[in-house]
Amino acid sequence: MENVGVMMTCPMSAYLEQELENRFKLLKLWEFPSTTHFLTQHSDSVMAVVGNTKLGADSELIELLPRLEIVASYSVGLDKIDLNKCRERGIRVTNTPDVLTDDVADIAVGLILAALRKICACDGFVRTGLWRNGDSFELATKFSGKSIGIVGLGRIGSAIAKRAKAFGCTISYHSRTKKQDTNYTYYSNIIDLASNCDILVVACALTEETRHIVNRKVIDALGPKGILINIGRGPHVDELELVSALCEGRLAGAGLDVFENEPEVPKSLLGLQNVVLLPHVGSDTIETSKAMADLVVANLEAHFLKRPLLTPVV
Amino acid sequence: MESIAVLMMCPMNNYLEHELEKRFKLFRYWTQPHQREFLSQHAESIRAVVGNAAAGAEADLIDALPKLEIVSSFSVGLDKIDLIKCKEKGIRVTNTPDVLTDDVADLAIGLMLSVLRRICVCDKYVRKGAWKFGDFKLTTRFSGKTVGIIGLGRIGLAIAKRAEGFDCPISYYSRSEKPNTNYRYYGSVTELASNCDILVVACALTPETTHIVNREVIDALGPKGVLINIGRGPHVDEPELVSALLEGRLGGAGLDVFENEPEVPEELFGLDNVVLLPHVGSGTIETRKDMADVVLGNLEAHFANKPLLTPVV
Repeated sequence: MENVGVMMTCPMSAYLEQELENRFKLLKLWEFPSTTHFLTQHSDSVMAVVGNTKLGADSELIELLPRLEIVASYSVGLDKIDLNKCRERGIRVTNTPDVLTDDVADIAVGLILAALRKICACDGFVRTGLWRNGDSFELATKFSGKSIGIVGLGRIGSAIAKRAKAFGCTISYHSRTKKQDTNYTYYSNIIDLASNCDILVVACALTEETRHIVNRKVIDALGPKGILINIGRGPHVDELELVSALCEGRLAGAGLDVFENEPEVPKSLLGLQNVVLLPHVGSDTIETSKAMADLVVANLEAHFLKRPLLTPVV
Repeated sequence: MESIAVLMMCPMNNYLEHELEKRFKLFRYWTQPHQREFLSQHAESIRAVVGNAAAGAEADLIDALPKLEIVSSFSVGLDKIDLIKCKEKGIRVTNTPDVLTDDVADLAIGLMLSVLRRICVCDKYVRKGAWKFGDFKLTTRFSGKTVGIIGLGRIGLAIAKRAEGFDCPISYYSRSEKPNTNYRYYGSVTELASNCDILVVACALTPETTHIVNREVIDALGPKGVLINIGRGPHVDEPELVSALLEGRLGGAGLDVFENEPEVPEELFGLDNVVLLPHVGSGTIETRKDMADVVLGNLEAHFANKPLLTPVV
């Protein structure tokens, strides 16, 4: 398979790069001055694209790679891949579900605890010597027993629910259709979900329908004591509305791992004590990165050996 | 009861102070410029002491207050109270168990997640603008890691229950094996530490458990191990802990308590693999009010000759 041209869209994992290099002809898009330059030289050799949450395979790119057979994403999210185009052209698409579910659910709970119990602010309070000076830290808010509203009860949403239950939280959710095999309270309308929970967690896929699913109305419904947690995609939330709600005290706090224009983060958030801001690290553990990379490689090998794909989406 | 003199040892909660003032004759120990004189002046009137994790009722204080009938602690920990002396003198002692169990257990998990996933470091990374120049490095997974708990009391069990939600195998050490649990028991803290990824201190502080986490235990926990302390600072040999962290012999630590609060070893301030909290285990609006109500409820019960709500002695 050393002649199979695999294009990687951007740096994502040194281990993955090495593994791909060992098996295929790896072409690194970022080593070229521009995509145009790359395509001029290599458009005919690319049979596979490995993308991620930053750069996938949009319609334009797919059009310009006539021999493209498979897009293997180093992510579970597919919002950076033109799935319709892939379907049209018979291009296979794989992602990395399951292996990252636990890590992302862990970060969601970590964000909830950090936001409610002000963990980062407390740590800063100690490190800057304020505790030693005799100041006492203000009281925080209890997590156990609060009601959690989950937008999207897929693998990740269910994993978050399972963890929150261990803290005695009540769980409710919104999704396109009610799930048959759960006792959690279902709301067919996300505003009703937001009105009836203390902590709203975004855990659904990003599609055209779910863009800005958390908008002004939802934020108002969540209210001045509510907390928003986003471990989905930045565009799930109307960021401008979120920022003004936080600055004006119309929302109590937020824990955000994703933003509309990563790595840009709205400046007004940087000075707030009631938010926790993470640089899209949901699945970024040593263990999970390796598992994700192995899955990408396994899918590509399966494809080029004409075996069934492990985690096909298209 | 407005004439009953109650001595509060230090500032701990505005609501509690306010309520004590309404119901009793409240003296604030920390505002007295000459504490010894104050005690001799009021020795004949003070019938109750309200203490907390910072200041309780040690032998000297008890001796100075011959009319003392009850010590009501705004804490579940009793290490600042001379329980033996109280027993001898027939002085009742109450604490605030149960109402704070959830908060402390929540914080233990919060510390585990914050240390392993570097949550505070990541938050700083974003705020200082570093994300524009590159992604944060990989951290280590929490789910599925083995959690070893020292002390399987109310708080230890609550931590175990939460960690199970993350599929963490649970093991524990305590003075004797608990009959009603499936968790794996180890007869020594060192053995426990050798066989877990994350070691949590959740037992009471007594002379026997002082420095229960010592050099040997830290070595057994090892360079990939993480120590979480939501008990009392003196549970851990702090200088040994600090040198282990600085030398990379311990993987990380999440600490809510220290040997000499509010002093925290400054050498820890530069480390990314530690999270340092100012003893906020029970520090939520909800729980502190509940704790205050337990203190008030116990005092009222005592002076109305009714059964105490949460007696220890």
